[in-house]
Amino acid sequence: MDDLLREFLTETAESLATLDVELVRLEQNPNDPDLIGSIFRLVHTIKGTCGFLGLPRLEHLAHAGENVLGKFRDRELDVTPAAVDLILKSIDRIKALLAYLEQNEHEQAGDDEDLIASLNAMAEGKTATSAAPAAPAPAAAPADVGAPDEFGFVPVRAGDIATIEANMGGAQAKPPAPPAAKAEPPKAELAKAEEQAAKGGGASVADQSIRVNVNQLEALMTTVSELVLTRNQLLQILRGQKDSAFTTPLQRLNQVTSELQEGVMKTRMQPIGNAWAKLPRIVRDLAHELNKKIDLQMVGAETELDRQVLELIKDPLTHMVRNSADHGIELPADRAQAGKPETGTITLNAYHEGGHIVIDISDDGRGLALEKIRAKVLEKGLATDADLAAMSEQQIMQFIFKPGFSTAAQVTSVSGRGVGMDVVRTNIERIGGTVDFKSVAGRGSSFSIKIPLTLAIVSALIVECANERFAIPQISVVELVKASPTSEHRIEFINETPVLRLRNRLLPLVSLRKTLHLGRDDISANGHAFVVVAQVGSSTFGVIVDRVFDTEEIVVKPVAPILRFIDIFSGNTILGDGSVIMILDLNAIVSRAGDVGAHEAQTRIAASSRVSHGDNRQSMLLFRAGDGAQKAVPLALIARLEEIDRATIEYSEGAPVVQYRDKLMPLVSVTANADTPKTGRQSVLVFADKDKHMGLMVDDIIDIVEERLQVDLTGRRPGTLGTSIVSGKATDVLDAAYYLAQAFQGWFGEDDGAFEGSMSRRVLLVDDSPFFRNLLSPLLSVAGYDVTAVESPMEALELQENGAHFDAIISDIEMPGMNGFDFVSKLRAGSSEWSRLPIFAMSSHATPRDFERGRQAGFTDYVAKHNRDALLNALHENLKQGVSQHD
Amino acid sequence: MTNLPVSATGTAVALSESATQGMFVTMTVAGQLFGIPVLKVQDVLGEQTIAHVPLAPPEVLGSLNLRGRIVTAIDARTRLGLPPRGEGEQSMSVVVEHDNELYSLVIDRVGEVLSLPASDFERNPSTLDPRWQDVSDGIYRLEGVLLVVIDVARFLRLDQARAA
Repeated sequence: MDDLLREFLTETAESLATLDVELVRLEQNPNDPDLIGSIFRLVHTIKGTCGFLGLPRLEHLAHAGENVLGKFRDRELDVTPAAVDLILKSIDRIKALLAYLEQNEHEQAGDDEDLIASLNAMAEGKTATSAAPAAPAPAAAPADVGAPDEFGFVPVRAGDIATIEANMGGAQAKPPAPPAAKAEPPKAELAKAEEQAAKGGGASVADQSIRVNVNQLEALMTTVSELVLTRNQLLQILRGQKDSAFTTPLQRLNQVTSELQEGVMKTRMQPIGNAWAKLPRIVRDLAHELNKKIDLQMVGAETELDRQVLELIKDPLTHMVRNSADHGIELPADRAQAGKPETGTITLNAYHEGGHIVIDISDDGRGLALEKIRAKVLEKGLATDADLAAMSEQQIMQFIFKPGFSTAAQVTSVSGRGVGMDVVRTNIERIGGTVDFKSVAGRGSSFSIKIPLTLAIVSALIVECANERFAIPQISVVELVKASPTSEHRIEFINETPVLRLRNRLLPLVSLRKTLHLGRDDISANGHAFVVVAQVGSSTFGVIVDRVFDTEEIVVKPVAPILRFIDIFSGNTILGDGSVIMILDLNAIVSRAGDVGAHEAQTRIAASSRVSHGDNRQSMLLFRAGDGAQKAVPLALIARLEEIDRATIEYSEGAPVVQYRDKLMPLVSVTANADTPKTGRQSVLVFADKDKHMGLMVDDIIDIVEERLQVDLTGRRPGTLGTSIVSGKATDVLDAAYYLAQAFQGWFGEDDGAFEGSMSRRVLLVDDSPFFRNLLSPLLSVAGYDVTAVESPMEALELQENGAHFDAIISDIEMPGMNGFDFVSKLRAGSSEWSRLPIFAMSSHATPRDFERGRQAGFTDYVAKHNRDALLNALHENLKQGVSQHD
Repeated sequence: MTNLPVSATGTAVALSESATQGMFVTMTVAGQLFGIPVLKVQDVLGEQTIAHVPLAPPEVLGSLNLRGRIVTAIDARTRLGLPPRGEGEQSMSVVVEHDNELYSLVIDRVGEVLSLPASDFERNPSTLDPRWQDVSDGIYRLEGVLLVVIDVARFLRLDQARAA
């Protein structure tokens, strides 16, 4: 069928359905000017469209009707029952003509002079003598209108009612009566069609449908829910008793209850097509407005779901289709250029899957524009450039669901009405649904909504925490993991935050015990726990519970008003054993526990770069000096360990020195005013860089251990980087740089405290000198950066290929194989996220010319090698702003 | 005066509406006599299993299942700022309906149904504890004892901020 014609029929059918209702109301309120106005406009639209499509017969008839309505509107004519009759008669005729048109794709031959004459006569004020004799009271709206009308009624299939009645009566369940056929205009001649239309859309439908108040259906549903619960209770009791006399009748009750439940649910079921009805029109208008060619395909419109759910997803669906049309589908010219057909396709596909209905909304447009999203995220300040650089494409795309985000480049009249995808997601999640999406640049995007068929009864997982039971809606549960200290799955803690390693990923955990204030610990005392892995929106996380029971079908009851402020509960229910339990709202739990999504992004990065991270352990030399506390220094910083005879210590300008390899080596004591004995052997740690040496006097050397250097407490004393746990003991990590500076004034700049606000920024250090690598790593680590050090640009490039993520790179200039300038040029020329990172040059050559050359090569900043303040400042400034200079 | 029949499952108080004007179900909490308009009372229950509701305000003892309906239990002692019931001390519940929801007021003992003349009614003394003023309509002067009338709606208005 011609697209235009189909559109016309869809549109007109909608208008006519409204007209019927409006005319009936008009008869009751003949003097309502708003009502007359709206009826007039509807008929006028029909007339106009018919004229445009070349349907003269319809046009003439509508025109005559419009004349009469015009007189009503201008109060030149009174609205009499006879007049309304005549109009209704004309409308029926129009319907019949349309029905013929739909069947045969051309207008029926003949004319409607009889009606037109009557209408014209009425318009001229003559009493419509030829008007129809007192017609029966106007029929109600056509039966195939599924949405509740203004009286709150929905049509219910007589078949369903019959089934329910049969069940109520305890009769043997019969297969439901065949669903009433939709009002299908017979192919027969017009007269017959007209006769049927006059009866209100088809005799068979009218006979088989009755109208039931929605509230009554709701009440029925509640009653049935109670019955289901009682049934469950009975079954539970019976489970413990074998060969009971109740077994058989209870089985019957069980069966009948299930059928009754199903039957009542069916009365509330409506085809999803009802929610789609307006979409073709919306897409058509949009296509016109945006000069696009869009074809809307709808598959599975007959798929049924609960009307409550239907109402709730109507708006999100409309919004998503608008989005696809507005942002997804390209202009015809662009499509042609991309080798795609000029007409874009938006496909809606609905189908049942388990206890859910899945609705896919896909388009073959350009896909989500990653760059636009990125730019928008930055503009709205939702994340920093550095954050974005560390995210995968999928993670960046998830931003479309963040509040305050809208990618529409221009606010068109159709999109940009203040509703964003965040609202869509919130609405869908509110009814226990999920939204997922895929997008391929240039190929289109596809959103998938999964929602429960009904809200009244849900499948829930029953869990226990601190001897209390809770229900978790099954839809959010992905899997269950048993965790114990001895098993493969063990709950670990990062700064008291529980996490679980699950298939090479760190899963953030939320302790139900803590969230619900049931205890202060995350897990029960024996260390055994279950982790309910849940997915809410884009974030996956685990909820720690003590035990997991069965899944049960539960009837969701709203929480009492005085408890409604506790957002963690989405409802409560009565279990089969009669106990009352609360239903957890995982969404709220996640938001209470902090934005797991954000955490997850970080842990994911940490996990993905563990490869490059794993050998970040450092050999540490443990020793004692001064106050007797265990101290540590990276072994690599130490050139050698010496024991010298104290008698050989000399003094130069009051400072102790020793002759070492034909040079004077300054000796520094860890504790400033330590009284060193004058005799015996003195242990000395010798630090060396090129031809400079320094000796650090210590009391005794304890051990060499391999540890991942993680400074937990930042040192307040000069000379200490901070305190770390090494070999299970609190250990001061020595700031070698401090002592080197003491020994050689000007070797390094002044000490400075740790920088704040730079937590967990990842820095890649490229330097061929192990000395500087080992010196800078702890320094940066103390400043709050997560450091990975490599010895050559080649190694760094390998990391890039492996997909490691960093927030900044610090590179030496003089390096064998590839120098710093070549390295940075190569990075900047690349297309990975590394090309946008701030990169700092660090070199002993620090003339203005070097600076200039560094900048030209693409370095963000150029820092003299021994000036660590400058380095920290540069890092701090750039990462704080979150915007590199090369964007 | 009618003694209320009480059973573990609860028995509905069935009285004709015309006869209920000025009628109160009496109960004691920590020795004090209280009264609730008889029309508000749905049920009188013995000791019940109450499921604790985490994060709830301290007055909320939890929820219980009353013939398939979920009832929220409020501890009258906590609500009135009285010390908690001692170990082993018996409690009873008066189930009231408010805004189509059922609440169970956990009290020490249910007394009887009294028909009280309006002439014995008096407003709260201004010196009464504000917390009591908050939940009470006024006082009936009975012989030898004073009865505090509970306004159910106000009794159920809990300060949510305290729970957070």
